[in-house]
Amino acid sequence: MKKDIILAGVGGQGILSIAAIIGQAALNQNLHIKQAEVHGMSQRGGDVQSNLRISAEPINSDLIALGKADAIISLEPMEALRYLPYLSKEGWIVVNSVPHINIPNYPEESALEAEFAKLPNVISFDADAVAKENGGVRTVNMVLLGAASMILGIEDTKLEEAIGDVFGRKGEAVVETNVKAFRAGREAGKKQMER
Amino acid sequence: MTDKLLLLGDQAIALGAVHSGLSGVYAYPGTPSTEITEYIQENKLARERGVRSDWCTNEKTAMEAALGMSYIGKRALVCMKHVGMNVAADAFVNSAMTGVNGGIVVVAADDPSMHSSQNEQDSRFYGKFALVPILEPSSQQEAYDMIRYGFDLSEEVGLPVLMRITTRMAHSRAVVTVGEPIAENPLHFPEAGVANWVLLPVNARRRYREIIAVQDKLEKMSETTRFNSYKKGGKKGVIACGIGYNYMMENLPADSDRTILKVSQYPLPADIIREMVEECDEVLVIEDGQPFVEEQVRGLLDCSGKIRGRLSGELPRDGELTPDNVAAALGVKEGQHFDVCSTVVPRPPALCAGCGHRDVYSVLNEVIREYPDHKVFSDIGCYTLGALPPLRAIHTCVDMGASITMAKGAADGGLFPSVAVIGDSTFTHSGITGLLDAVNSKSNVTIIISDNLTTAMTGGQDSAGTGRIEAICLGVGVEPEHVRTVVPLPKNMEEIRKVIKEEIEYNGVSVIVPRRECIQTLKRKSRK
Ligand code: SF4
Repeated sequence: MKKDIILAGVGGQGILSIAAIIGQAALNQNLHIKQAEVHGMSQRGGDVQSNLRISAEPINSDLIALGKADAIISLEPMEALRYLPYLSKEGWIVVNSVPHINIPNYPEESALEAEFAKLPNVISFDADAVAKENGGVRTVNMVLLGAASMILGIEDTKLEEAIGDVFGRKGEAVVETNVKAFRAGREAGKKQMER
Repeated sequence: MTDKLLLLGDQAIALGAVHSGLSGVYAYPGTPSTEITEYIQENKLARERGVRSDWCTNEKTAMEAALGMSYIGKRALVCMKHVGMNVAADAFVNSAMTGVNGGIVVVAADDPSMHSSQNEQDSRFYGKFALVPILEPSSQQEAYDMIRYGFDLSEEVGLPVLMRITTRMAHSRAVVTVGEPIAENPLHFPEAGVANWVLLPVNARRRYREIIAVQDKLEKMSETTRFNSYKKGGKKGVIACGIGYNYMMENLPADSDRTILKVSQYPLPADIIREMVEECDEVLVIEDGQPFVEEQVRGLLDCSGKIRGRLSGELPRDGELTPDNVAAALGVKEGQHFDVCSTVVPRPPALCAGCGHRDVYSVLNEVIREYPDHKVFSDIGCYTLGALPPLRAIHTCVDMGASITMAKGAADGGLFPSVAVIGDSTFTHSGITGLLDAVNSKSNVTIIISDNLTTAMTGGQDSAGTGRIEAICLGVGVEPEHVRTVVPLPKNMEEIRKVIKEEIEYNGVSVIVPRRECIQTLKRKSRK
C-alpha cells in the first residue's frame, strides 16, 4: 500500500480538513504518513497545496516527486491543473468543477474543460451542488473526499471512522452531516467514474 | 507509556520540549515557526505545569527572557523564523559568551524558496558564529527526540544549542512516537558562581577562551552522536544534512553502495569528513539553504573539483531542495511526467475582502496622488500585500520596523511627503525606537499605524501593544494633537481623507491610527 496525493485549492477553502481525515484514517491503520502543508502568506487567497503521502513502508521525502502522484484532489478546477507535472501518467484527478475566481485573468471555463478533456482519468463534478443538497456548503470538502475515496486505497468505513475522530469534538450532529456529505460525494464520484 | 501522534515538525518540537521539563517558551510569531509556541500554549501538561508561553514583543526580548530563566537553572525554549535571528543576534551570541545554566534550545526556522519571507539566510551560520552546537533534524521523530537531547547537551557543555529547521520540516506532518515527560528543573544557581554573567572584558576574555577550548569536544560529540551516521561504501560519497537526507534516501536504490555521511549535528565531524574525502573520488553535499557545509569542506583553496553541491552547480544555488533536484544531483534519470499546463495563471495572495488595510490604502492612494514626489515606506505583515496591484500603495518592505526609520531618513534628506505604513504588532516589535528617533529630530513624517488588534499574517496571535498604541506614541513624545485615531470603514472615507491630508501638511511627526479588528481574528472569536 502506497499512495501519493496532492490536495489543491485556494487559501481559505480548507484543503487541510481533507488531509486531516485521510491522515487520521491512515494513522488508525498504523500506516506511515507524511503530509507537507502550506502555512503563511499564500493562505490569504493564494494557491495552496498539500502533499500527502501514505504507505505501509517508511516514507523518506516530505514532498512528492514529478510524475509520481497517484491523485490530485482539488477544490477548484484551475488549481488541479497547476500540479499536473506531479501527476503520474495513470493518476486520477478528482475536482470540484466550480471555479473560485478571485483574480482578474482567470482562464475561460472552456479552456479549462479542454485541458481536462486531454487527460485520461478525471472525476469532475459540481461538488458545491452536492454539498448544498446534503450537508450544506461547508461540507464540500467531505463531498470531494467521498468522490476520491475509491482511489485512495483506504476502506470507506475507515474514512468514515476518521471523520468521526476528527469532528467528534464538535458533536454527533456535525459528524453525521459530514458523513452524509461524504457518502453523497462517493455516489457522485462513482457515477462520474462509470461514465 | 508511549503514544503515536500525527504531528507537524513544529508540534513535535513543542511536545518534545514540554516533555523535556520545559519551564518557558519565548517567541515572536513568524512563519514557519509560529506553531511551536501555539502548540505549547494549548498543551494540557504545559498548562498544568504553568509553563510560560506568552508571545514576546520581539525575538531579542524573547532570547533575553530565556537567558534569565536559564540563569536560575530552568529550561527555556526560544523560537523564531530565520530573520528573527538577526533581531535576536546580540542576545544570542552573547548568551554563548556568558554560558547557560538551565538548558536553552533556540529554534530558528529557515525558509528556503522564501515561501513567506524576504530572504533565504541560513541560520546555521549564526550557530557557527556563536560557536555553539547546531542540531538539524531530518524527520519529525528526530525533531521530537532531539529537543530533549538538545537540552541535555546545552546543560552538559554550558552553551545554548541552536536547532535549525526549514519550512518543510516545520510544516510537514508525520507519525511521532512520544515518550514520558520528565520534571522541570528546580531553581538552582551554577556551582562555579555567577562571574560569567558579567561580560566585562576581564570575564569575557576568559569566557571566549573557554568557548574556543570546548570546540574540540563539540566536534568529537558530532562524531559519536546517534544523530549523525557514517556508512562506508564506494568511491562516490554524499554528505546529506537535515532533511536533505530524506530526499537522498527517496532517490537512492536500496542496494546503492555510496559512502554516506548523515549530518544532523554540528560542528561538522571533521575527522570523518577528512577520511571520506580522501577515500572518495567525489563527494556531493546535499543541504537545504545556503552552501554552509559545502563551503567549509571545500575551503578557499581546494581546486580538486571533488566537492560538489550548490556551488558547483549539481544543485541549484538558490531555492529549497526537492526530491527532483536531489534526484538530478544524484544522477537519477528523470521519469515521465505531464508538462506544465499553460492555461494555469498565477494566483498571488491578497488582502482579505473587507480588510481594514484595504480601506486605509484606498484613501491614502487618493490623498497622496496630489503629491507627485511622495513615497510610502511600509513594513512586514498582511499590509505588505498592498504593494500588489490593484492597490500598489507602498514602495518598500525591508525588515521589521524599517518603515518609520526609512521614512525619517528620506524626510531628513528632503522627501515630501514621506509616509510610513506599519502594523500594530510590527510597531511594537521594532517601530517604537524609530519613532523616538523621528520625534527627537522633529522629522517631517506621517506615520500610519494600521491597527488590526492582532498579529494577523501569522494567524492572529496577541499583539504586544493592543489598546496602548496611542499612549505609546504620546509617551515617546508625539504631540497629542498629531496622534489621530480613525476607523477604516467605507462610510468614514471623507473623514480619513481629511485627517491624512492635514497630517501630511503638518511639518513634524504625526501618527494616524486607523483601527479595526482583523476580520479573520473576529471570525475565529465568534466561532468560539
Ligand atoms: S488576515 Fe486580517 S489583517 Fe490580514 S488581510 Fe485578512 S483581514 Fe486583513
